[in-house]
Amino acid sequence: MAVNQTLPRVNPPPENKLHTQRKMPFLTKLWRDSPLLVMVAPAVLILLLFTYIPLLGSVIAFMDYVPFLGFTGSEWVGWANFSSLFSDTAFWNALWNTAQITLLQIVLFFPVPILLAVLLNTVAMPMAKRFVQSVIYLPHFLSWVIIVALFQQVLGGNGVLNRFLLTHDMSPFEIMSNPDTFKLLLTTQAIWKDAGWGTIIFLAAIAAINPGLYEAATIDGAGAWQRFWHVTLPGMRPIIVLMLILRLGDSLTVGFEQILLQRDAVGPGAAEVLDTFTYFNGVVDGSWGTATAAGLLKGVVSLLLVLAANKLAHRLGEEGVYRR
Amino acid sequence: MNTRPVWLGKPRPIAIALKALALTLICAVVVFPFLVVISTSIATQQQIDANGGYVIWPTSVSFEAYKEIFNGTQVSRSIVISVGVTAVGTAFSLACTVLAAYGLSRRQSLFQRGLLSFVLFTLLFAPGMIPVYLMVKQLGMLNTYWSLIIPTAVSAFNIVIVRGFIQAIPHELFDAARMDGAGEWRILRSVVLPNSKAVIAVVGLFIAVGYWNNYFGPLLYLNDTEMWPLQLVMRTFVLDNNVTTNAQAIPGYVAPPAQSVQMALVAIATLPILCVYPFLTKHMSKGMLTGAIKG
Repeated sequence: MAVNQTLPRVNPPPENKLHTQRKMPFLTKLWRDSPLLVMVAPAVLILLLFTYIPLLGSVIAFMDYVPFLGFTGSEWVGWANFSSLFSDTAFWNALWNTAQITLLQIVLFFPVPILLAVLLNTVAMPMAKRFVQSVIYLPHFLSWVIIVALFQQVLGGNGVLNRFLLTHDMSPFEIMSNPDTFKLLLTTQAIWKDAGWGTIIFLAAIAAINPGLYEAATIDGAGAWQRFWHVTLPGMRPIIVLMLILRLGDSLTVGFEQILLQRDAVGPGAAEVLDTFTYFNGVVDGSWGTATAAGLLKGVVSLLLVLAANKLAHRLGEEGVYRR
Repeated sequence: MNTRPVWLGKPRPIAIALKALALTLICAVVVFPFLVVISTSIATQQQIDANGGYVIWPTSVSFEAYKEIFNGTQVSRSIVISVGVTAVGTAFSLACTVLAAYGLSRRQSLFQRGLLSFVLFTLLFAPGMIPVYLMVKQLGMLNTYWSLIIPTAVSAFNIVIVRGFIQAIPHELFDAARMDGAGEWRILRSVVLPNSKAVIAVVGLFIAVGYWNNYFGPLLYLNDTEMWPLQLVMRTFVLDNNVTTNAQAIPGYVAPPAQSVQMALVAIATLPILCVYPFLTKHMSKGMLTGAIKG
């Protein structure tokens, strides 16, 4: 860096300009670039079929969709699906559960990778650090079926914890099938699976902090706590804000597979969230219109949430996801 | 080895001890469930009964549960299915990703801007579950393995990562190849692929882990239990506690303990992840995430 700045400025070689300045006839360019277009074609086709057309297909939120009649034959019903959605107590229950889980995860889950990254960063032995990292990243790659199975084995009715309590004359805890603590269980599982993985981005943020700042702070008499508060934390702030915004945008998405796997154990009252509501209404019960309305509502509200969170970040003087 | 900067001074022993304790505890919390799984899977019926359903440290070892799994039950079939779907899916998805990444990597090519925006736009919006399901149904892919492979094959995120690596290849290599008369396909084979092996390996492994772990796809698209991959069978066996063994089919055959079969299944489902994990961690921090943070 420093070397570059002292060198005299040289104009960049005009290699790229040559291509753009010479106007090429469209057909010549098409012939030249046709292999590239062929290469992009499969990906574009798949995105068209499974992202773009389904996005347009969300119009069935405004239809009384009957699979036999299809998109063209089904009747338009305007906002009827939405009004029946809003009068459905199961929908409000699902929305409320989703909001509670998101709130719990932001309060309990979100700070864990940050603290873990700070702790890891203070480990001076590279070997130990790498070992701990490999161990705590691992659960991220396991499927939810495995994670739930592991939790059942340790915390379930016949699991390690409850057998231990029973053999030591204490009363067992009902953890895996208790509707009252289900949301805490979900959060614990999410932390176990992804808190370690989440440290990566914060570790990178800490590594990007100029070490001179720590040195200067130490010379000025700052202790470990003060260095954390005045150097590390401000250095991580843009990333923390970015991750928080992304998390807020995902507010309405809470561990779909994770909840689907455990919904039967605690019942829909405690476990129904927007995604499972959509699944059971649409695919299982065949209320296509209402289910799609719920899905569409979720998509639109998520987008608005990201934009709002980003706006707030700009107000507070942060950069956010995109620049102003 | 120690990377502590000189100005920091020596930390107090008590701080080191507390830190080591905290990290050990964290690692133990991650590792302990796996210990229980492995131990229970190789334990005998008596020990499981004596402990009431699980074993932390097996006193005697038996591999009956693993033999049972690979002995022609629904589980063996589901393992074959999972391996097949993962292999074909990864190859297909990786091919689409690399082709699109190279096709979109040259700034002056025809329609490049438009097509790139087309791909990037999908990062912002996810279509709802129902319209995608109806699409899969419309295309006649319900109850076929293609429904597990094709809808999730292309991710804009993966394309962006691979494209970034291709663009970082020194542009003299492309010029030299072109000078020698190589066409785009030849350049892809002789310049792009050899120079982006690392990123292709990592993206491929992430894709493979995704296919291997897929649970909701088969639940949504496959009605026939005969076609179920491992994750769904594992749910039935372990979470629904519904273990079918060869004992029903062969009279006089003593099946291994149900708990051992369940835990052997979990171990088998974890094994491929553990095998690819060292490669993942090796390359992970290298480019992928430094690129993410540069923004």
